[in-house]
Amino acid sequence: MTQATISLRGLTKSFGALQVLNGIDLDLMPGEVLGVIGPSGSGKSTLIRCMNMMELPTSGSLLFKGQAISPRFRGKDGQPGMGELRKRVGMVFQHFNLFPHLTVLDNVTQGPRIVLKEDRAEAEATAHDLLAQVGLADKAQAYPSHLSGGQKQRVAIARALAMKPDVLLLDEVTSALDPELVGEVLGVIRALAGKGMTMVIVTHEMGFAADVASRVLFMEQGRIAEEGTPEDILRNPKSERLQAFLSRFHA
Amino acid sequence: MYHWDFYTVLQSFDLFLIGIWTTLLYTIGSIALGVVIGLTACFARLSRFWAVRLLARSYQELFRCTPLLVQILWAYYALPMLLGISISNTVAGLLTLSLYVGSFYAEIFRGGINAIDKGQREAAAAIGMSGVQSMRYIILPQAVKKMLPAFINQSVIQVKNTSLLYAISIAELTYMTSVVNSETYRPLEAYSLAAVMYFVMLFPLTQVADHFERRMRRSD
Repeated sequence: MTQATISLRGLTKSFGALQVLNGIDLDLMPGEVLGVIGPSGSGKSTLIRCMNMMELPTSGSLLFKGQAISPRFRGKDGQPGMGELRKRVGMVFQHFNLFPHLTVLDNVTQGPRIVLKEDRAEAEATAHDLLAQVGLADKAQAYPSHLSGGQKQRVAIARALAMKPDVLLLDEVTSALDPELVGEVLGVIRALAGKGMTMVIVTHEMGFAADVASRVLFMEQGRIAEEGTPEDILRNPKSERLQAFLSRFHA
Repeated sequence: MYHWDFYTVLQSFDLFLIGIWTTLLYTIGSIALGVVIGLTACFARLSRFWAVRLLARSYQELFRCTPLLVQILWAYYALPMLLGISISNTVAGLLTLSLYVGSFYAEIFRGGINAIDKGQREAAAAIGMSGVQSMRYIILPQAVKKMLPAFINQSVIQVKNTSLLYAISIAELTYMTSVVNSETYRPLEAYSLAAVMYFVMLFPLTQVADHFERRMRRSD
């Protein structure tokens, strides 16, 4: 049996009195593209942010390739920490969060150079390849403020890929984009899926989820309410809640 | 009609020069020490330990909410009595000025750091950076730009605040002007000249602050 890349066991997350995640059990297998859908406030963003410990779980555990991760940066007693986890698990944000004081090239090389201690030449060679891959070879010397939203998000994807991660977490990466710019970002993600990249995609783009995901989760009230193939979830929803949720998108 | 006589006063120009030199020394010394103190207090206030935050906060409020002149007099006249040691006016003056400006710098530094969107810290964390790495490579380079105008303004005030050292007989520009005055009996010329000298030192600095402020607004 192949080992799950990321496993969540009985994961809960509360913000004060508000319980956002209510006991999540989940295995993300290598090569899998997991789509996560659900109404706002259902906990899907919190779920994906727990997967690289951007949010620390209130209880439960996170295993990376079978190893429990300690909720400290460096880990303890032979247990790897969040620092180690984040070297292997990349994340792309809704609002890009590019570093505005650095060029596109430096944005992409920052992780490899500072965290992985790669030398500049090596990191820049990789970065140029990645920028070509996301269609921005000519923007290496530009600053983020000179880019469109779609271009920024493609740089952010290249920045995450520069760490050569085992998993890429995509948190509503097209939600802040103008509609005409969504396609170019989805194109890049689709290409990654085609190369076998393991991904978790939180999205409101149902058509895209159906198209690119190998498995879809429907989140509701901090639980995984329904899961299955895109076909099962999006075309033959079982619960009334999911049917109601989807009908709002088809309308 | 008053008969202006700058000639008499200018004969004591060497006294003014001593004053300017001393003023500059105290300014540079207290700004340098103040930056160290301010950075320490700033990071103490961002600490995750409440006792450290409380300590830094108490220091800041103590120095921000009492007049500098009272602090200087207290450090020179009262503190030695309390500790039973003698403190020279140089040490009392430099230390008080540094602690005073440090309390304001700490707030400027903290404001600059807090003004950086939290998405920046998250993006740095997401590529595996530690807290220190993200501060050093991502947050501070952006924050420094935001802090610069306020930092220069506070430093301009600091140059003027050295004039309060007059009260403990430190030979800075204001004190030396009073010496010139008592030698020449020409207060109008002496103090006018002192004002011009302060202005000449500070006007370029305020222009630099304006320049950075304009540049910052453009890049936003």
